Amino acid sequence: MTVVESDADVVLALEGIGRTYLSGEVEVAALAGVDLTVGRGEYVSIVGPSGSGKSTLLNILGLLDRPTSGSYQFEGLEVSGLDETDRTAVRGRRIGFVFQAFHLLSHRSVLENVTLSMLYTGVASRERTERARAALASVGLEQRADFTPTRLSGGERQRVAIARAIVADPALLLADEPTGNLDSKTSDSILGLFDGLRAGGLTIVMITHDASVAARADRSVRIRDGVLSAVGAAEHAQGGSGGRVGAGSKGTRS
Amino acid sequence: MKPTHLAWRDLASEAIAGLASRPARTLLTVLGTVLGISALVATVGIAQTAGNRIVGAFDELSATSVVVTNESGFWGGGGPKTALPRDAEDRISRLNGVTAVGVMGTVNVGEDLASTVKIDDPTARNEFQIDVRAASPGLLDAVKGQMRMGRWFDAGHESRADDVVVLGPGAADKLNIHRVDQQPVVFLGDKAYVVMGVLRDVSRQSELLNSIIMPEATARKNYDYTSASVVQIDVAIGAAELIGKQAPIALNPSDPKAYRTQVPPSPNSLRNKVEGDVNSLFLILGGVSLLVGAIGIANVTLVSVLERIGEIGLRRAVGARRRHIALQFLLESTAMGLVGGIMGATLGILVVVILSASRDWTPVLSPWIPIGAPFLGAITGLVAGVYPSMRAASLEPVEALRAGT
Repeated sequence: MTVVESDADVVLALEGIGRTYLSGEVEVAALAGVDLTVGRGEYVSIVGPSGSGKSTLLNILGLLDRPTSGSYQFEGLEVSGLDETDRTAVRGRRIGFVFQAFHLLSHRSVLENVTLSMLYTGVASRERTERARAALASVGLEQRADFTPTRLSGGERQRVAIARAIVADPALLLADEPTGNLDSKTSDSILGLFDGLRAGGLTIVMITHDASVAARADRSVRIRDGVLSAVGAAEHAQGGSGGRVGAGSKGTRS
Repeated sequence: MKPTHLAWRDLASEAIAGLASRPARTLLTVLGTVLGISALVATVGIAQTAGNRIVGAFDELSATSVVVTNESGFWGGGGPKTALPRDAEDRISRLNGVTAVGVMGTVNVGEDLASTVKIDDPTARNEFQIDVRAASPGLLDAVKGQMRMGRWFDAGHESRADDVVVLGPGAADKLNIHRVDQQPVVFLGDKAYVVMGVLRDVSRQSELLNSIIMPEATARKNYDYTSASVVQIDVAIGAAELIGKQAPIALNPSDPKAYRTQVPPSPNSLRNKVEGDVNSLFLILGGVSLLVGAIGIANVTLVSVLERIGEIGLRRAVGARRRHIALQFLLESTAMGLVGGIMGATLGILVVVILSASRDWTPVLSPWIPIGAPFLGAITGLVAGVYPSMRAASLEPVEALRAGT
């Protein structure tokens, strides 16, 4: 794992994170003893097959769910014990989400969809619009601001979602299978967008089952049966060339 | 870190946008409340209009009439009759508030038929059976009668027991009497009476219109007429109730209950009664429709919550707290109720106005109804939105994001 120089440069640090669900009377561990540190400006991919616990990990990283054990420090703040209100505050102010299913409000305009992520963080109405237009411009959709998402293609919708995720200037961009619903050409342009955001200094954690997508990141972490392991440099490079990674991973969909 | 918050202005615009983005559904949802509120408004409006109408129908004529009859008992005329005193007119006219009083009674003339010419004419019928009544001099004013020609008998005719009669217009037509200046004669059996006048019309006791009317003294002299059976009193406006109580006592201080008194019902009590009758029935109907409307809003808001699970999850992800979600849905349902209340009040008032116009009534509506109806609608929406809002707020962000698209 990457050694991080100082705490100030660490966006998130997981230590011994575990998450168990109750399935009837039986406790099922979705995550066990997960350690992960992501430095500021890093682009990390978490790769694993479905059912491996990667969605659970994303939910915990995004403060949508809380771990049953372990410590989670987000920007130096211990967040695993925070109450609902404080977790919502950290989530709303410091984390941007990009989902596989886009999660756009289909009845609202593209611009309104983007301003939504500043609605609860005390940004003035006029400033919201200005920043949303700037964010849309940065993903190349300034001409689509007044459209409804139903009139956009899949790739354009995901660009709107990315604009929404970055407009509030988060410390962390969490992407959950951002290319899962897109064809390979569109996927490529979306991943290009992530590369550009990475170059701009944004910290990105992307979850995917697709090794070739994961290979676009600075480093890859594999999750399997709720346990994390680092992906070797050689393997990472191999993934980058489009090959299959690991016997256990499901077929690529790119 | 500073908790996230949502400005009231933003909350309002989000709720309005949420409703405006699905206009057809919003309108259909609001419809239930519209019907409920309009039913309530129309009910109250129609009741008030009708109540006002009933008071309006109480013209001066009936409000100033008091009638005392000697038909005693519940069934009227069933029991033995107590004769009205001969000086009834005097006794009543002394009461303060009486403007005119007269008595009248039926005269039993036996087999006597009325005719003008005593000729046996086989080709034409010239004898008629016509009711004969005895009346006091004051009766003409008491029934607000007008003479077509001639005049009504006075106290002189009464005291002399003159053989004179006044004809009702129906009787005059039958007997072919169209002039009285030459003092035509009417025969009752073999007895001749001078016709001294013909009535044009009476406002009360309309049976006079088809009768032959003679002074009471004449009736006593020629027939076995003993006493009048009806005292017609014309009273000043507002005095009806009082005179109705005093008249029987004045007529028979020892047994005032022997007579039956007809007084006009008090306008106030009548209006309240009508409004009460109409209101209690239709207010229940209106309330039921409003309840149905509320259930409709609750149902649609609940469906809307389920349908917008993804939106709820997303809003939680971008910083919305549970209370922000609850408030948004609560405000949406309240706004629907408010809109329904405004539309319902409008519709209800239209119904009242159209109904009144079709009957030439004056629409009457208390000002608090159009003001209060939208509030009632809003409260309906608020109450209806409580459960769905709590459902929406209780959703975990993880589940909401997973379930919704």
